[in-house]
Amino acid sequence: MASFTGKVFVLGDDIDTDIIIPTEYLALKSIEDMRPYGFYPLRPELPSLIKSGDIIVAGSNFGCGSSREQAPEVIKALGVKCVVAKSFARIFYRNSINNGLLLIENSDIQDRIKEGDELTVEPGKELVLNGEAFRIGSLPDNLMDILNEGGLVNAMKKRNGVK
Amino acid sequence: MMGATLIEKIIRRNVHDDNVKAGDIVFVKPDRVMIHDIFIPFVADKFHEMGFKKVWDPDKVVIIYDHMVPSSQVDDTRHFRSGDAFAKEQGIEHIHRADGVCHQLMPELRYATPGDVVFGTDSHTVTYGGVGAFSTGIGYTEMAGILGTGELWIKVPETIRVNVNGKLPQGVTSKDVILTIIGDLTAAGATYKSMEFSGDTFDAMSVSERLTMANMTIEAGAKCGLFYADEKTAEFSGVPCDEAHGCFKDEGDGDYVQVLNYKAEDFVPVAACPSQVDKIRPISELKDIKIDQVFIGSCTNGRLEDLRAAAEILKGKHVAPYVKLIITPASRSIYIKAVQEGLMKIFNDAGAIIMNPGCGLCCGRSGGILTDGETVVATNNRNFLGRMGTNKVNIYLASPVTAAHSAVKGYVTNG
Amino acid sequence: MGMTIAEKIIARAAGVEEAHAGNIYVVELDHLMSNDGTTHLTIDMYNKLKNKKIYDKSKLVWIMDHNVPCDSPKTAASQKKMRDFAREHGITFHEGDGICHELMIEKYVNPKELIFGADSHTCSYGELGAFGTGVGCTDYLYAMVTGKSWVLAPKTLRFNFTGALNKGVTARDLILTIIGRISANGANYKAMEFAGPGMKNLTMSDRICICNLCVEAGAKTALMEVDDIAKAYLKEHGREAADGFVSDPDAEFEKVYDIDLSEIVPVVAKPHFVDNVSPVEEVGEVAVNEAFLGSCNNGRIEDLRLGASIIKGKKVAEGVRFLVSPASRDIYDQAMSEGIIETFMEAGAIVVNPNCSVCWGSCQGVIGEGEVLISTGTRNFKGRAGDKNSFVYLGSAATVTASAIAGKIVRA
Repeated sequence: MASFTGKVFVLGDDIDTDIIIPTEYLALKSIEDMRPYGFYPLRPELPSLIKSGDIIVAGSNFGCGSSREQAPEVIKALGVKCVVAKSFARIFYRNSINNGLLLIENSDIQDRIKEGDELTVEPGKELVLNGEAFRIGSLPDNLMDILNEGGLVNAMKKRNGVK
Repeated sequence: MMGATLIEKIIRRNVHDDNVKAGDIVFVKPDRVMIHDIFIPFVADKFHEMGFKKVWDPDKVVIIYDHMVPSSQVDDTRHFRSGDAFAKEQGIEHIHRADGVCHQLMPELRYATPGDVVFGTDSHTVTYGGVGAFSTGIGYTEMAGILGTGELWIKVPETIRVNVNGKLPQGVTSKDVILTIIGDLTAAGATYKSMEFSGDTFDAMSVSERLTMANMTIEAGAKCGLFYADEKTAEFSGVPCDEAHGCFKDEGDGDYVQVLNYKAEDFVPVAACPSQVDKIRPISELKDIKIDQVFIGSCTNGRLEDLRAAAEILKGKHVAPYVKLIITPASRSIYIKAVQEGLMKIFNDAGAIIMNPGCGLCCGRSGGILTDGETVVATNNRNFLGRMGTNKVNIYLASPVTAAHSAVKGYVTNG
Repeated sequence: MGMTIAEKIIARAAGVEEAHAGNIYVVELDHLMSNDGTTHLTIDMYNKLKNKKIYDKSKLVWIMDHNVPCDSPKTAASQKKMRDFAREHGITFHEGDGICHELMIEKYVNPKELIFGADSHTCSYGELGAFGTGVGCTDYLYAMVTGKSWVLAPKTLRFNFTGALNKGVTARDLILTIIGRISANGANYKAMEFAGPGMKNLTMSDRICICNLCVEAGAKTALMEVDDIAKAYLKEHGREAADGFVSDPDAEFEKVYDIDLSEIVPVVAKPHFVDNVSPVEEVGEVAVNEAFLGSCNNGRIEDLRLGASIIKGKKVAEGVRFLVSPASRDIYDQAMSEGIIETFMEAGAIVVNPNCSVCWGSCQGVIGEGEVLISTGTRNFKGRAGDKNSFVYLGSAATVTASAIAGKIVRA
């Protein structure tokens, strides 16, 4: 995955799945229909502000709560390229990998960053903010494989010989 | 053989390898999987998109409609039609269309039994830890993958051991215990980890009380929350109480990353205050909090024992003026028993609104939605911002005992 | 000149000796019922008034029944407005106790009264000899503030019943047959009066069902004589067994229909109008996705008993959703004590709390695209129960329950 730079939106700790996409909208027909309701209870304006390639930086326990896979899908549909957080809830973590949404764990950047900053991401290596670099870890191989295939559906398609 | 945590024992049994330990990545073969109504169309679509034709073992698949029963929006029934079609196509016979909340039905109908490995498309799948099963929530894409392959990779979690000994004070429930523990651990304190409960306080608990606790371990971020299956569990699940049937002995010799020790006598009735599950306060410190609604139900606290506890308090009393009390039994059999035991009559006489079994208000799609400035005491598992209406609704999570007292008085109280 | 029941009630409410169809009278209302369908709109208008004053709050009965329990933040806000206003002004208020019309009949309606309700099915009160009629928010507000309103005294269509319904035939089949015969606007602006020797063979529940549905023929109200059966009901429900009015022998009816109850057969109203009536046996093969037993029309204990007697020991067809909603708290209590709730639950039905439920079509049992509902509700208009491309058939408690078991529309 090549490096990229995006504008940052800053969120706090414990951003739960009901904030990312409230249950009320889960039965809408498509992710595209749900997109306008992303982060609705907390910051309803976000869907109109986030542009393709932007980055979310949050605190700890991002994505806690339900198993709804619409959460990473809506974030992806908003155009968010990756989420940087102090930590992620585990179901959300798996769901993101399975949908090809890049998640990066880092606990140092939150105190230094503010909304609107430009952040450069070098996957598996570092984050660069105003010339300052922050080291980040890399994923286990089995997860990298899924991410590199663009998600679990593609990985399974490959396994099953589906074009 | 080296000592092992309960999660290690369960996974070792599943993968037939006695050397598996925390940190290992292994492929497990699920004994059962559960898909609920909100996600069934997505699972079916992904399954087909992945190029699979047949579910690996239809007998191991359970489909449950509960979040959308009864349907409240025009598109809801599309989910039922999708589930019905997938079940028919794949020969899946375990399908429950209006029998209650998935996490009640799975243990109640013995789909999840001691020592099982179970995955579900809902985060509260951790509930079956109450009967000593390793169960956890996954997304619909992974579920589609399991349906095709019959396996899933997992990282064997590290274990936080929670020891509680002694007798809980009168009026303190297993809900108060788990809320207190979550408050101490924080909402992220058990992320990726297994929580393992041990001590004579838990030995004295019913299976229902344990299910309540296991259900909420996800609120500390846990991958699972496990109780050792004992005679009570074996009877509940209809299995012999031995290791061959997944009822492992608590030897206490595992490698634990953290150990929490409590005296049961120290617990008090508590509530999780708006809007974090780990914002725990003793009820005695919550003064003058007027309420608009009370909800008793959900996979956390909608069981017969919960209804009995509430009925004991509500008997001969009436809900406070302008306060709504909504009762949603967790399953059809609980509803029927509650009618037979006269609990429903007590609730009805008290002015309660008695709903059909299902997720009801807990999943926030219907069943008692609130608006700005309103306050609810609820027995379910989440008080996230906007969970039961607008982002200006105050949700207090508490036990059925606190909920019932609060309904009668019109403010947060436990007696 | 003689007067009809409707004319006599209007004369009483207007404080005049005689009232006759075609004239407009200023009347004093006895009760003003409003529910959560529109009360928030009435309050909005009230709050814009210069002189805010309720004429007599004891006449007001406000009932939360359409979306109970609440299904959305928007509804929650409307309901809060209603609840807060009722609380602030000490208005009689029910929430979760059942459907407005059922509660009005159980607790408030008396013979000879003139009642406005901000709901079209307010015509339900005729079996107690009361003139109930549905009004909009503006009319409601005016009456709430002044205690008065104006009414055009309606002409009356008189239905003389003889004989008795055959076994397996219900009052629901009777009124649907009548609506089919006179059409959905056959009684526009008019009162429908039911009398004759056949009345003694109709229970209170039957009579409520008949009066309730008259608005589907366009009627302004429905009326009956208060006989011993009606008086016994009043007594049982803690009210004085007062006399009602009887139409004078020389009262003028626009038209008189003679109906032999024994000729009625089980019918359904097919999509998308209540007067599109056909015998059940002639509807052909119609598979159903959902069945509903409840509503102000057919959610009483007699209806639940009938349904339970058919489903006892049987199961709802696989894949069919069968929703059962008792019309009130007291009915739920009675049904529980008779084992009826258990019977439905054991059969696989979805028993929900007393409320408008599927009949209102916005919070419980909403049906999807292309789906078919067989219902004891009041209306089968296009989209009434959910998606605009769905289909609602109206039938009796017996037909609905039998259809839920069969998975298709059948006669019980």
